[in-house]
Amino acid sequence: MHPVRKQRLYLVLFVALFSSAAIGLITYALRGNINLFYPPTEVVSGEAPIGQSIRVGGMVEEGSLLRADDSLAISFTLTDYQASVPVVYSGILPDLFGEGQGAVASGVLSDEGVLQATEILAKHDENYMPPEVAYALENSGYDKKGKTK
Amino acid sequence: MWTFFHKLGSPPWLYAIAGVVLRWLLPITLIALVGGMIWGVLFTAPDFRQGNSYRIIYVHVPAAVVALAGYYVMAIAGAVSLIWRIKMADVVMKAAAPVGAALAFIALFTGAVWGKPTWGTWWVWDARITSMLILLFLYLGVIALYEAFDNKEAAGKACAVLSLVGMVNIPIIYKSVDWWYSLHQPASIKFTGESTIDPSMLYPLLLMIAAFYALFTCCLLMNMRAELLQRESRTQWVKKIAAKEGKR
Repeated sequence: MHPVRKQRLYLVLFVALFSSAAIGLITYALRGNINLFYPPTEVVSGEAPIGQSIRVGGMVEEGSLLRADDSLAISFTLTDYQASVPVVYSGILPDLFGEGQGAVASGVLSDEGVLQATEILAKHDENYMPPEVAYALENSGYDKKGKTK
Repeated sequence: MWTFFHKLGSPPWLYAIAGVVLRWLLPITLIALVGGMIWGVLFTAPDFRQGNSYRIIYVHVPAAVVALAGYYVMAIAGAVSLIWRIKMADVVMKAAAPVGAALAFIALFTGAVWGKPTWGTWWVWDARITSMLILLFLYLGVIALYEAFDNKEAAGKACAVLSLVGMVNIPIIYKSVDWWYSLHQPASIKFTGESTIDPSMLYPLLLMIAAFYALFTCCLLMNMRAELLQRESRTQWVKKIAAKEGKR
């Protein structure tokens, strides 16, 4: 290769490499802030700030969802199957919200460790299938990831 | 073989070859786009949880995938024009930017439309969505930077450097859903292991992804032809084409 072109090739590689390194270091330094939410484990272990607006994400625990008869108030617990955080909320819920489904709740954590949520977002997973396939999987005793329950 | 590649460096040849490719690729692209849409929207079952709203995947995912791939096309063309000073690589880079920007915008817009009924929000500043917005701004930045220079050679160099620096964003977008907690779900189509989307829904999606790649290529070639005519407007071959087109 012509020496001048070789020099320019090195220059291009240098630009690509060092900009990647710079961005890599920045994202590494900010890694905690890039996370959209805290998992329940970190909330229970006290890593999430109390009295500040935060987001907590996890699965809505089966059997934990309670709805008030006379208002939109609900309570449930968010879990990552290691720890769980109780959440209270009053308002409109997204269609996909439900027990055993992922959700992200934003709100303020009280001293007792209860999240007073002001917004609930549903988090759906990467599984797509027709209803009859889901039904067949349900009956065969395999979950959607193909593992036995 | 090599003479073919060397001829691509000559504007009249590139213009002619792009025309021949377009004559075949354009109808194929349109058939694949329409066919894939009909297949995906009318002939697949609704999703077991999202119902019919998941069907926006047939536009959202192809647009996002090709917006990422298009950035590599732009950045690599930029690198080639920096290193070897091939003018045609500069044409490719300049032609790729608006197409990529349009695709990134489509991906963000359809994502917002999809997010409202499923997540309950149009927009959330999670890692995937924010890094995708940065991609759109990088494309727009390349377009704006090119126009900001009067000297087009300097413009090409500056844009090539910007697109090279921005290239680091592509793996970040791709891996963002695995590296950080985000609202956006991980990828359903996996290169290793089984995809977590039912085959009956996967095949029309793959067709749509292929159709969007073809669409990107078509738009790129058409943009390149327009750019070539503009750059070479004083030359004999362009005047000949102009005279021929004028007679029709």
